[in-house]
Amino acid sequence: MSPTNRTVVVTGIGATTPLGGDSASTWEALLAGRSGVSTLPQEWAADLPVRIAAQIAVEPGEILPRPLARKLDRSAQFALIAAREAWADAGFTAKAGEDAAVDPDRLGAVIASGIGGVTTLLDQYDILKNQGVRKVSPHTVPMLMPNSPAANVGIEVNARAGVHTPVSACASGAEAIGYAIEMIRTGRADVVVAGGTEAAIHPLPIVAFGNMMAMSKNNDDPQGASRPYDSDRNGFVLGEGAGVIVLESAEHAAARGARVYVEAVGQGISADAHHITQPEPTGRGIAAALQNLLDATDLKPAEIVHVNAHATSTPQGDVAEVKALRKVFGHDVDHMAVSATKSMTGHLLGGAGGIETVATVLALHHRLAPPTINLDNPDPEVDADIVRGEPRPLPAGTIAALNNSFGFGGHNVVLALRTPSV
Amino acid sequence: MATKEEIVAGLADIVNEIAGIPTEDVQLDKSFTDDLDVDSLSMVEVVVAAEEQFGVKIPDDDVKNLKTVGDAVDYILKAQG
Repeated sequence: MSPTNRTVVVTGIGATTPLGGDSASTWEALLAGRSGVSTLPQEWAADLPVRIAAQIAVEPGEILPRPLARKLDRSAQFALIAAREAWADAGFTAKAGEDAAVDPDRLGAVIASGIGGVTTLLDQYDILKNQGVRKVSPHTVPMLMPNSPAANVGIEVNARAGVHTPVSACASGAEAIGYAIEMIRTGRADVVVAGGTEAAIHPLPIVAFGNMMAMSKNNDDPQGASRPYDSDRNGFVLGEGAGVIVLESAEHAAARGARVYVEAVGQGISADAHHITQPEPTGRGIAAALQNLLDATDLKPAEIVHVNAHATSTPQGDVAEVKALRKVFGHDVDHMAVSATKSMTGHLLGGAGGIETVATVLALHHRLAPPTINLDNPDPEVDADIVRGEPRPLPAGTIAALNNSFGFGGHNVVLALRTPSV
Repeated sequence: MATKEEIVAGLADIVNEIAGIPTEDVQLDKSFTDDLDVDSLSMVEVVVAAEEQFGVKIPDDDVKNLKTVGDAVDYILKAQG
């Protein structure tokens, strides 16, 4: 066995999103072109410049026992729910060790979030100011630390090969999955639970993103506010939730007879080194990530038939991404069905790479690319085949898809998935 | 001034709220850590809630001596007095 270049596959998926409490209901809503964006009902939202968001479809408090939920930040609650679904979906019936099919010492967990336990931090500071020292929860630190979702998932499944939390703003979830692919490819682990989570619907992040002019203020039309590639797009809509997958070495999956959704071919990573928040306008950094992906794997542009784009609905970012695809793939972009699922889910920041990987896995598995909604007047600068209206059937045979995620700071992460070789 | 029975009942509600243990399982001889799923962090929550409910002060240094529900009940009875 060569431990340094092993094939990695996806054997389980899980999600809790603004569209549904699990991956199946989320997928159904994506295919139906349903928006998860609505007006924020909270009193605190009434006077904010941005009063819309894509809130979770099923409150975690309805699922997790209260004594557990009260010790977890909302971002960790989402991650745990998605991880439990993915773990069961992969065919495991108990935590590692108790389920003899997986050795705890060969199991990892890599779960990221963009901003960590921000609502815990802010809520506990309010308690400190308003109720005093004694009332601050002793769980505050383990709740707010950004590695808390990863650590809690790791404890849940008994992952002892390593638990990690890469942080790269809105690329965090994708970077976590990329890190997990490397753990398996290089032989550090046989199975890794990986994904992204975010829970940042709170007045401070909303006002702060709003003051950056990064968010849509289309308060009168919540469902039409997230409109990637449309000429009238004016910023992203904040979403919350988590997407988690189970990655496994192909050998390990075969040995236990696991169902394989797709092969996780690999990743391409780069950094813009341009501006802390603005995307590099020509797509140079994104192109470098795409080229690094091609150089590091056996992926062929001719195989790529679908792209789950980063496309957050910001004026500059959406165009830079398509320019980069053209720069690297040329005419091959013409056979890529591009979907911007953030048009429905909103932007989950560090959770985006998680739920969009789940969506990309399902797109290959079912050979259907979900639509992009609200694309009424396509921006003429967007030179790509964006899926609109009905879901688009994807071709038979071996096909591959990309999931792009980019983050403030200039982080570019591209993940490649491919239908499994039979 | 709460009676011993009232303190046991009050602690049972607090432990139920924090750790999800049924109130009838919260008995004098039960260990917070070993029997009631109250770890060191959750114990701080139990103490703060008990201080509020029974109008007593339980300094941090004394918390480590409260191993069982009975220890806590005796402490609160004395502290009230």
